[in-house]
Amino acid sequence: MLTYIARRVLYSIPVLLLSSFLSFLFVSYAGNPIALLRQNPRVSHQTLINLTHQMHLDKPVIVRYFYWLHDVFADKLGNSLITLQPIWPQITRTMSHTAQVIIISEGLAIMLGIAVGIYSAIRQYSIFDYMFTSISFFGFALPTFWLALLLQIAFTDIFLHWNVRIFYTSGLNSNPGGSAWSIDRLQHIALPVMTLLIISFALYSRYMRASMLDVINSDYVRTARAKGVPEWKVIMRHVFRNALIPITTVTALNIGGLLGGAIVTETVFSLDGIGFWFVQALNAKDLYEVMAYLVVTSVIIVLFNLIADVTYGFLDPRIRYD
Amino acid sequence: MRFFRHRLALLGLFGLVVIFGAGIFANYIAPGGFSAINLADSQLLAHPSSAHLFGTDEIGRNEFNRVIWGIRTSMEVGVFVAAVSSLIGLFVGAVAGYYGGWIDNLLMRLTDLVLTLPALAILLTASALLGQGSQWRISGILVAFFWTGIARVVRGVYLSLREKEYVEAAKASGAGDMRLMFRHILPNTLGPIIVNGTLAVGTAILVEAALSFLNLGIKPPTPSLGGLINAAQAYPQQWWLTIFPGVTIVLIVLCVNFVGDGLRDALDPTQRRVRA
Amino acid sequence: MPDPVLSIRDLVVEFKTEDGIVHAVDGVSYDLFPGETLGIVGESGSGKSVSTLALLGLIPQPPGRIVSGTADFKGRDLLKLKKKELRRVRGNEVAMVFQDPMTSLNPVLTVGNQLGESIRTHFPDEKKEVVKERVIDLLKLVGVPNAETRYAQYPHEFSGGMRQRAMIAMSITNSPALLIADEPTTALDVTIQAQVLEVLRRVQAETHAATILITHDLGIVAEMCDRVLVMYAGHIVESGDVETIFRAPRHPYTIGLMDSLPKVTEDEEWLRPITGSPPSLIDLPPGCPFHPRCFLARERCRQENPPLAPVEGSAHQSACHFSDELIGHKSKFSQEAVA
Repeated sequence: MLTYIARRVLYSIPVLLLSSFLSFLFVSYAGNPIALLRQNPRVSHQTLINLTHQMHLDKPVIVRYFYWLHDVFADKLGNSLITLQPIWPQITRTMSHTAQVIIISEGLAIMLGIAVGIYSAIRQYSIFDYMFTSISFFGFALPTFWLALLLQIAFTDIFLHWNVRIFYTSGLNSNPGGSAWSIDRLQHIALPVMTLLIISFALYSRYMRASMLDVINSDYVRTARAKGVPEWKVIMRHVFRNALIPITTVTALNIGGLLGGAIVTETVFSLDGIGFWFVQALNAKDLYEVMAYLVVTSVIIVLFNLIADVTYGFLDPRIRYD
Repeated sequence: MRFFRHRLALLGLFGLVVIFGAGIFANYIAPGGFSAINLADSQLLAHPSSAHLFGTDEIGRNEFNRVIWGIRTSMEVGVFVAAVSSLIGLFVGAVAGYYGGWIDNLLMRLTDLVLTLPALAILLTASALLGQGSQWRISGILVAFFWTGIARVVRGVYLSLREKEYVEAAKASGAGDMRLMFRHILPNTLGPIIVNGTLAVGTAILVEAALSFLNLGIKPPTPSLGGLINAAQAYPQQWWLTIFPGVTIVLIVLCVNFVGDGLRDALDPTQRRVRA
Repeated sequence: MPDPVLSIRDLVVEFKTEDGIVHAVDGVSYDLFPGETLGIVGESGSGKSVSTLALLGLIPQPPGRIVSGTADFKGRDLLKLKKKELRRVRGNEVAMVFQDPMTSLNPVLTVGNQLGESIRTHFPDEKKEVVKERVIDLLKLVGVPNAETRYAQYPHEFSGGMRQRAMIAMSITNSPALLIADEPTTALDVTIQAQVLEVLRRVQAETHAATILITHDLGIVAEMCDRVLVMYAGHIVESGDVETIFRAPRHPYTIGLMDSLPKVTEDEEWLRPITGSPPSLIDLPPGCPFHPRCFLARERCRQENPPLAPVEGSAHQSACHFSDELIGHKSKFSQEAVA
């Protein structure tokens, strides 16, 4: 198992390098970091030349990539090209907020999704099943940003009409620098959490249902019944455990989708997470910040792919990594 | 359940015909165009009424007309992306699956690479740095990311059929590579392609809406549903500006998914149980 | 004659599908006596598996439905038992061995664990060590080598034959009075088949369980069974002891089954398949369900479904209007099988 993990990690290094190189190539050809400065009449020609040199913009792109790569490792992703601020502290700050939202929403979505998926499968074609089937169909068709916006409007209206503050509709804390684990923070992140929760829940409950149905009709479940095992025990011991295996992969691979969901959700709720930070970097055409986001999220996705594989091997004895 | 699905698929098809029909005949249904301004006080941010079915926005533009023209844009993006990426995916997938070897390797590494990338972020980056503006540029960027998924599916079909008896038989009777690839195997890939292509229409529309909503996709004056919702953010009290374009997106994607699922049941029995 | 262990009367099982109602089992009656092995043969879809699965409540309901019938087992009607009571019977007094050993064991639990589950389900107070010891003994009995090591292994580490041995061991953990083996060797290689049948015979000798052996292989019937039922389209078309039926079959379908077997002892090696294909169970032909494929068929067969009636003493029964015309019909199989 350890050698397998080591091999996977080693394999992902060239993949990450290649994807970062392609992104760098693309990003650097697409935009010039000092384009904005050039339009500013108060910035002298000499300053521009100095800056160009300082940022290695006069070098070929491949050389610049290695400068950038050097910055990534030696200088923790380097500094912003526009504000000249170090990037790493911004990443850790925003990432901790995003992680909080994602962990809470995913935790709830997985639990609810699995529970509803199991029950829908056991009571297939019941009213309960039809109801949640419809909900998940809607979930698949809902644009995340629109859902976020609806929640925001609804709770803003509740506040404006009845002066009742249930959840806040933007920001992280009422006072800057408020505690990360407080009622106030939870009131602030409740709506972003709810948004991601609804979208993920639709996915997980649907997959869990399908996965349960696949297993419920399998021969070994019939064998268990033929042994006289009580039905609830058949479901828990034989069906549930096997149905869970594909779900681990789905949840781990969903991380890419969640990061995308975080971008729009955080933007709607002006939440200081990594997604909102990325959108701001994009609008400012801050190439190093954009690159930093792409690299960090790629590493996260690769990491979760690995976690998916390892859990799969852990849950399914047929898979042996060696 | 199959009957239920079947009815849903018909319902979806009906819905699509109505919605896309409205988009195609936007000139007749929303003859005023999408940009006519009316600055009379009573016409600014007006509630939905018989005169303005979906109300008006902050400069008195008829929201109904804007939604109808937005449908047209979404439809163009969805259909273009699905069609072009299916064609590219079909061709690359066929070559990779049929010949195997380095072409196949390259394709698989490439799709692996795409899978390790944060998709929406990459699309946003691409769109922010070189594509935003017209629906066709956005569509081009989406195609660049959508075709790999379809290529993977087609490759799978080719890989499994390459060794099948009837292909061997055709080969033995002297059929050339091109003939084998496109005459004998291709028809078997049509089911999965049509299903994936249909579902891609919905995904493309959702992604385009997200890009436009973040102001990094289709730019005004071209009307887009995501862009309308973006503009509506400034007016949370005027619910109609958020609700109508949003509901339209949901309905389109819902109908596309119903049709796609129905087609999957009909054309692609092997995958029936895979997707929930 | 002793009292039967199992006595089935007028069993009717239907499945509701989108295309209509499938009449999978349509009025089946038979007895099973202590210690005997009863073979049920027929093509796939003849209702041979469903008729036994229904006894244990193992057909999925819906779409399946037991319309009518009784199944008297040790003085109780299995079809009328409450779920909980039936559960106590399953795996305890009545046990099953299924067709495909590759898919019939849970892939994520060890073989020992799954065998032990049979014991723990019915004797929850049994000590862990006792259960384990018993499971290892059972594995040894069915001829699984290195039983102690195998106990802790997962099904995928077993070969097909070994898995089927484990399945058989699982079925006899609680010394059932009735053992139902549903095509136990169909999914296995020919060489392995013989070994598994040998194991089946051994456990039968050990447990004295009355056995129902479902198969489409007449060779296995000839080798293993005392009596045989031939099923076609949800009906029993012929029943009797193996020797009689092989020597003097009295139903055209049975003859067809035998003739379709390749036979190598004769000079001309001929294989005469039954013409046509099995009927749709949704829309059975009127009259005798076999008439469209029958070489004896005439007008009466198209109108009247023949009942199962004694042909030679009460032991041999056939459901054919013209079974008398088959007297003296030599099956190509008869000499070889019985000799």
